[in-house]
Amino acid sequence: MLDPKSLIIDNPQDGIFRVHRSAMTSSEVLRLEQERIFDKCWLYLCHESEVENPGDYRRRDVAGRPLFFMRGGDGKLRVFLNTCTHRGALICRHDQGTADVLQCFYHAWTFNNQGELVGVPDEAAYSSSFNRAEMGLKSPPRVDTYRGFVFVSFNPDVEDLIPYLAGAREYIDLVADQAEEGMRIVPGSNRYSIKANWKLLVENSLDGYHVKPTHKTYFEYVTGLGIKGTSGAVQSAFSLPSRVLGNGHAVEEHDGIRGRPIARWSPLFGDENKEVIAATRARLVRRFGAEKARHMADISRNLLVYPNLLIIDSIDITVRIFWPTAPDLMEVTAWQLAPKEEKPELLARRLDNFLTFHGPGGFATPDDVEAIESCQAGYRAEGVQWSELSRGMHREAIAEDERQLRAFWRQWFGHLSGLKRVETDDPVIGKREALAR
Amino acid sequence: MAQADPSKNDGSLRTLRETVEDFLYQEAALLDSWRLDEWLGLFTADGRYVVPTTDLPDGDPQKHMVFIDDDMVRLRARVERLKSRHGHREYPSSRTRHFISNVRIQVEAGAIVATSSFLVYRFRMAESSPYVGWYEHRLKEVDGELKIRHKKAVLDMEALREHGAVSIIL
Repeated sequence: MLDPKSLIIDNPQDGIFRVHRSAMTSSEVLRLEQERIFDKCWLYLCHESEVENPGDYRRRDVAGRPLFFMRGGDGKLRVFLNTCTHRGALICRHDQGTADVLQCFYHAWTFNNQGELVGVPDEAAYSSSFNRAEMGLKSPPRVDTYRGFVFVSFNPDVEDLIPYLAGAREYIDLVADQAEEGMRIVPGSNRYSIKANWKLLVENSLDGYHVKPTHKTYFEYVTGLGIKGTSGAVQSAFSLPSRVLGNGHAVEEHDGIRGRPIARWSPLFGDENKEVIAATRARLVRRFGAEKARHMADISRNLLVYPNLLIIDSIDITVRIFWPTAPDLMEVTAWQLAPKEEKPELLARRLDNFLTFHGPGGFATPDDVEAIESCQAGYRAEGVQWSELSRGMHREAIAEDERQLRAFWRQWFGHLSGLKRVETDDPVIGKREALAR
Repeated sequence: MAQADPSKNDGSLRTLRETVEDFLYQEAALLDSWRLDEWLGLFTADGRYVVPTTDLPDGDPQKHMVFIDDDMVRLRARVERLKSRHGHREYPSSRTRHFISNVRIQVEAGAIVATSSFLVYRFRMAESSPYVGWYEHRLKEVDGELKIRHKKAVLDMEALREHGAVSIIL
């Protein structure tokens, strides 16, 4: 039996934090993660804008389970397990669509868009004990929505969503508040696999340390577009303090030097959008005050909603989710979130920024894929047992440090060990100065 | 029996087909031999290269997510990146082979529109990943030579499952 204690070295006294590499290679670890994390936590499913009109539906797997979500004729969004209550066939077999009823092709049982069983061919062939009202489509035990983000949990006893989100809530607000008429998922998604353990993408997505060395060609490209002083600015952009948000959530924040669609102009947004961005900025200040407007508009952030939702609120807003299918394989889906009222010219720039950096055909994400696949390949050497995540443990950590990665790992360790609550932040200890180099 | 005689080129559709197919094969050869600067030279100054996402094959880059939407500035930067030792997904470079078939040609308002099926194999780090789909090449004759004004590569796969990225030029 695997002892999770053998997987982490957390030694604040000496400023050392290490993760055993078997955490990324062992199928026993993945089995425990399924049982103690993915079967227990709140998990991101979708954004409510994805099914705008009655009858709209989409299917999507969560933690290996086939689900679909649908807006009923009554306007309510419901989530269903994608399996016929009769003999099990998938009910929803299109990726998306609009329907009044869904019919199982196997025996033609028919369900309305609120999940009720409304048609059973030759129903008289069943006994009087057969109760059609009990045979509607089933939902996951818990479904809840926060600011348009829909989460499910397969754990009926999970704590409510808002306390679960802890400090991440404030950062979801920073995203949702950018829209005046609500956010929407832009049509189209990026679906790709990475031959690496899922936790390596958590690390990569929160890691300010890799940005300069790994993404050199991207920064050369944007410098070439006239973002003056970018290379110097990149040097200092990642010196903001990192934040740990409780329950494994964390955020890496940095100076949004490349601009932000909400609302900091840079050459990446084109001269034609200078005025509209300035007007949005002025409205932000009116709506939220100068300080919150500055936080929303000047700072870029990569937010982890534990365990596996990333909201990258930067030169665009990327929503990224990823699921392990084996210790060394994950499936990633990414979407773009934009204010419903966004002007077409600015939306075009947002999408352009997305595909240049965050898309798998861009100038940065392919290198992240390469980096974490390379780590996974390196683990096969076996002779080095531990990965080193100690950076900045002895000081007030900045974005380039690994404090936010340690927060994830401590919560992960807490779940694998069956602990009720864990402190995920670095403890403040007395001899920090003595540990400085 | 009638023989094709190049000296009697009368601009018939068969000759156009030969010209277009040769052009597509030449483009594939440049990509497979990583002669990327020469490949860039196949485009007009206002050329464009687009790859839609797997779930929205007719996506419009202005309104929808796409994988790639390169004007010539970004396409040049893409080539520079592919030649750089800092383009990590393609350093060291993969081996590729572009197969093209099912070529169909239409002439629309003076522009040549060629659609074709492609199979692009990529081999690297003991892995292989096939990209399968169809091309639309919008071609224009400039100084007696064909040039690409618009190249779209539409993928048939449901996801970039074995690929992880679109790191090569399709």
